Amino acid sequence: MRRVVITGQGTINALADTVAGTFEAFREGRCGIGPLEMRDVDRLAIQIGGQVKGYDPHAEFNRQEISLYDRFTQFTLHAAREAIGQSGLTFEGALAADSGVILGTSGGGLNTQDENYRAVYEEGKNRVHPFVVPKLMNNAATSHVSMRYNLKGPSFTVATACASSNHAMGQAFQFIRSGMATVMITGGSESMLCFGGVKAWEGLRVMSKDACRPFSANRNGMVQGEGAAIFVMEEYDHARKRGAEILAEVVGFAMTSDASDIVMPSRQGAARAMTGALRDARLNASDVGYINAHGTGTAANDKTECAAVSDAFGAHADDLMISSTKSMHGHVIGGTGAIELLACIMALREAVIAPTIGYEEPDPECALDVVPNEAREASVDTVLSNAFAFGGLNAVLALQAV
Amino acid sequence: MGDDTMTSAVRDKVIALIAEQAMLPVGDVRADASMADLGIDSLGLVESIFAIEEAFDISVPFNANEPSASDFDISTVASVVAGVEKLIAEQKG
Repeated sequence: MRRVVITGQGTINALADTVAGTFEAFREGRCGIGPLEMRDVDRLAIQIGGQVKGYDPHAEFNRQEISLYDRFTQFTLHAAREAIGQSGLTFEGALAADSGVILGTSGGGLNTQDENYRAVYEEGKNRVHPFVVPKLMNNAATSHVSMRYNLKGPSFTVATACASSNHAMGQAFQFIRSGMATVMITGGSESMLCFGGVKAWEGLRVMSKDACRPFSANRNGMVQGEGAAIFVMEEYDHARKRGAEILAEVVGFAMTSDASDIVMPSRQGAARAMTGALRDARLNASDVGYINAHGTGTAANDKTECAAVSDAFGAHADDLMISSTKSMHGHVIGGTGAIELLACIMALREAVIAPTIGYEEPDPECALDVVPNEAREASVDTVLSNAFAFGGLNAVLALQAV
Repeated sequence: MGDDTMTSAVRDKVIALIAEQAMLPVGDVRADASMADLGIDSLGLVESIFAIEEAFDISVPFNANEPSASDFDISTVASVVAGVEKLIAEQKG
């Protein structure tokens, strides 16, 4: 089996519009969650989110592009530019044919849907812009990345709610490992912070009105975020031969299905995904120094996830660090696993563990080292990144320093 | 319509909504039953609260992460009825 490494990374999220800026925010334990700015916000019960602010699409895209790019596609292309730029790759000839794009998103062009439903239903318009369909489709971001960078190999979009990005990155990893591709652009994006997007989440009664406090006894729900993170995954020898800077190696991936409940998480399903990723990577539980948690800040997720970590790691659960960066950038739904992988790479490369901020009270059901409130300097060489989706679909990646 | 009549109308409607959620005959929804007794899980509870909000045009403060944080008591059918009556008085009074 071939080895797979990451040679580029890019992002935009509530904390920053670059990886360096995001790492700085992680180090500082800065919170990107604040009051939502959108039309009809006064009609929402939930008025906070990890919103990308100060972003001007016209600074990056021309008029024709904006007419075709929903906000989730714009975020994707912004992050892809940083990632592919860092990798130094250009895609021509055989490399173009052997390289593809697999991205995760849950809502796709939800802003486009929201705006146009409003136009026809609320405003009574009988005509919509001709590009509504190509703008809102979930694979739009994948296709625009492939078009912009001439990526002609296997390309598609994965939608598994909050695990979309992890499933996408796991697929990209497997494609390269198995020889189906040389380079894969992967990750994910989400932009659900529109009136309809927040209103839908409100209905489920799992959102916090004030803050995302994962693992803290007084946590009261999740906070939505938005943004994207994109990675360049590359076959190891290919990267070595061209002298690329290697950010990390992807060493394992596993996915499981709870087959039990459409919203409640399963301890067993989550634990099986973690042990599966370790087995795939031929690692022992004791090798893992850090886990980027799914850590949504809901009552159900956090205690289930901690119990699953205990099951998967046994006594070593008390020796590893586990944090949820959702406390800073919010839950980016289909893009969240990608943004959170940045914290994993920061841990491996910079020996800094991103904290779980907003932590106020220990919860006996979450009695792990959750790196509360302040980033920690700690050298780790093996990390996991968890994503557990509504619908019981779990996906866990294992990374190592090279 | 006297207060007692209104109260019993609220009670009957709440019980009908809970019975529908639980897929039970109305007569099987006892006042002292908990939602769990009736086979209503967390998702069913959220749906019941939505149905109550729609039926009475009220807003029920309820966060599934901290069900005991608001004073809307969901421990029994009777407490839900009492909570709905209170919210109607506060929000429609």
